[in-house]
Amino acid sequence: MRNPLQKRSARDLSARGKAAAYALMLFWSLIVVFPLYWLAVTSLKNPIQVTTGPYYVPFVDFQPTLSNWTYMLIDKGSETLRPLGNTVIVGLSSSVLALTLGSLAAYGLTRFRYRPRVGVIALGIGVIALACVSMVLGVPPALAFTVAVAVFVILRLYMGRRFRRTLGNDDIAFFLISQRILPPVAVVIPIYVLFQRLGLLDSLLALIVTYAATNLPIVVWFMSDYFAGVPIELEEAAQVDGASPYRIFWSIILPVARPGLVATFLLVLVFAWNEYLLALFLATTNAATMPLMVAAQNATRGPQYWYMAVLNMIMIIPVIVFAVILERYITRGLLTGAVKG
Amino acid sequence: MDPETRPRGRVLGALKAEWGNPSVARNLFLWPALLVVLGLALFPLVASLVLAFSFFSFSEGGFSLRWVGLDNFANIVSGPQAIIYLGRLEAPSPLGWVVFLGGSALVAWAMWRTIRSGRVRPIGLLLRGVGAAAVIAFLWLFVQTVFAPGGFSGSLVTTLIYTFVGTGVEYLLGLGLAMLTIQGLSGQKFFRVLFLIPMTITPVGVAYMFRMLIDTSLGPFSPIWQALGLTQFSPFSDVWAARACIIIGDVWQWTPFMFIVLLAALEGRDLEIEEAGLVDGASRWQSFRHITLPGLVPVSATVVFIRMIEAFKIIDLPNIMTNGGPGTATETVSMQAYLSWRGFDLGGSAALAYTLLIVVTLVSLSYVTLVLRRARANAIGTSVGRGSGS
Repeated sequence: MRNPLQKRSARDLSARGKAAAYALMLFWSLIVVFPLYWLAVTSLKNPIQVTTGPYYVPFVDFQPTLSNWTYMLIDKGSETLRPLGNTVIVGLSSSVLALTLGSLAAYGLTRFRYRPRVGVIALGIGVIALACVSMVLGVPPALAFTVAVAVFVILRLYMGRRFRRTLGNDDIAFFLISQRILPPVAVVIPIYVLFQRLGLLDSLLALIVTYAATNLPIVVWFMSDYFAGVPIELEEAAQVDGASPYRIFWSIILPVARPGLVATFLLVLVFAWNEYLLALFLATTNAATMPLMVAAQNATRGPQYWYMAVLNMIMIIPVIVFAVILERYITRGLLTGAVKG
Repeated sequence: MDPETRPRGRVLGALKAEWGNPSVARNLFLWPALLVVLGLALFPLVASLVLAFSFFSFSEGGFSLRWVGLDNFANIVSGPQAIIYLGRLEAPSPLGWVVFLGGSALVAWAMWRTIRSGRVRPIGLLLRGVGAAAVIAFLWLFVQTVFAPGGFSGSLVTTLIYTFVGTGVEYLLGLGLAMLTIQGLSGQKFFRVLFLIPMTITPVGVAYMFRMLIDTSLGPFSPIWQALGLTQFSPFSDVWAARACIIIGDVWQWTPFMFIVLLAALEGRDLEIEEAGLVDGASRWQSFRHITLPGLVPVSATVVFIRMIEAFKIIDLPNIMTNGGPGTATETVSMQAYLSWRGFDLGGSAALAYTLLIVVTLVSLSYVTLVLRRARANAIGTSVGRGSGS
């Protein structure tokens, strides 16, 4: 959308105002760009140039070298490329997974009414707690799990009808969103044990599933705001024509919501791409991602800034390319629903 | 669906009919997401709670847990972890007393007004009372560590300082930048993309980057430090300078998030009221103050909330930039929990994480009831969105 302000002379900035606005924007650009410039320059310095004092401009006050790049990309080849590949795979697949599950749930929450019973939820939580406690007390996990499911199903069948109080969509949405409040350190140890038991520690699958779960709340949050802004008349017309809910979702809602999907995808991708803490716990060598590689450039004699800079540049470039290509979607798609209420 | 109309005798047909059943479809939309969240958030949360009450040790072929009750939590508030978590408590200075008494009076006054208004149910009053007590307790801890000679603050106070200062500064900067890039100046598209970039960099990378930049003898600003005669001084060896550095890194990275969401809101707003105001002779400042800003309240409340709950989890910056130093001055609760985990004190780690969870939940609930709901309900011409704050 073009900015409507542009056409109106009443709101045009005075010449002085324009100059001030440009000055401020340039000032902030400098703040944004200078650290990145320093990073890029550092990646072209050899260790001696880094440790003997600040040199600012390549060819002017120091002789740039590509040796850090060749060392990282060719000499250490697979050691760098594997984490990069892992980051790409984990980032993209976890984002796609989060976006798929999250927008399905968000759509469900904006268009259908759910009335889960309080009693059933309490029962579920109670059973999970019981299973955990019994596992701690030494019951084998498989047995605890089976018994828990059985108890839940039986009690649900025979007592479920007694619980009358229900919750609404807003409560479910709040529950999903509140998962984002959880500090990862509070949940990562059991997740670690879970994946260890499943033999999935240090595997891409573990990271993909975990990232998808941590980013799901963000997707539900943004997308349900977005879907709420899509007029319902379109869907009603399709419903009259006999389209199934899936078809409506797939052929009507998703195309309309594309800006929102793209913007949310980008945001979630950035989170997954850069995630550090969970990877620190769940991945060691095989599934190591780039943030771990960057963090690992801390040798005994101090940080190896030159290699760190190279790795950082490698990580930044794809995301910036993505952001530039998808720029027009970003402001249009982010929180459009929230803006309108 | 009516059983009579179901194609009989064909399993596939029956399945198909079931699939098209609206109540089944309804569940198919929601349950996949719920299952993932239940499996990877709720289950670990419960398991973590059990861990927080246990002593963890490795044994043959695995590990064993021994129930220790509240020992792990006692360690945090009065045991070996206390000096890191709470800091060193001393008698507050006169200024500390002023801050504490002033803050407490403010909280008490707000409580009194709520009771007087009579609009809050007893359960709400009880919860608000708990919240107020928590705020006063935190204030007491705050003045005893920050405004006290000889005292220093622990990871709990540090985390909250990072969160509130960082979020506040990021909001103001983000709002300013968003206002700058909707003025229709040529080249604003370029600036928009440029301003987004810091957000796309891994926090670990940002931490190293700022470590380089802030270095007083080898960083790019060393001539300035030299001119000031401060080459021997390292910001990372001074408690508050090191904390400021971490906040600067956080602000650099996350201002773009505030910027982009506020920009989306400003782009999507209705311009007619502003136009009418201008025709009536309102100045630019008046129109911003009385029309644009109130219109931004719901989005602002939401975006501040999102950023705040993310900021509580900060670990990468202090871990890489300062290693928690000097001493433990820049450590956050998340980082302390991580270090406990690395020291194989899994029970202690879980207990620390749980204290953080309790703090975050208290802050979030207060924020949602006191700010977010009100902001989104009062918005002119808008209704409360489904997802947020409901």
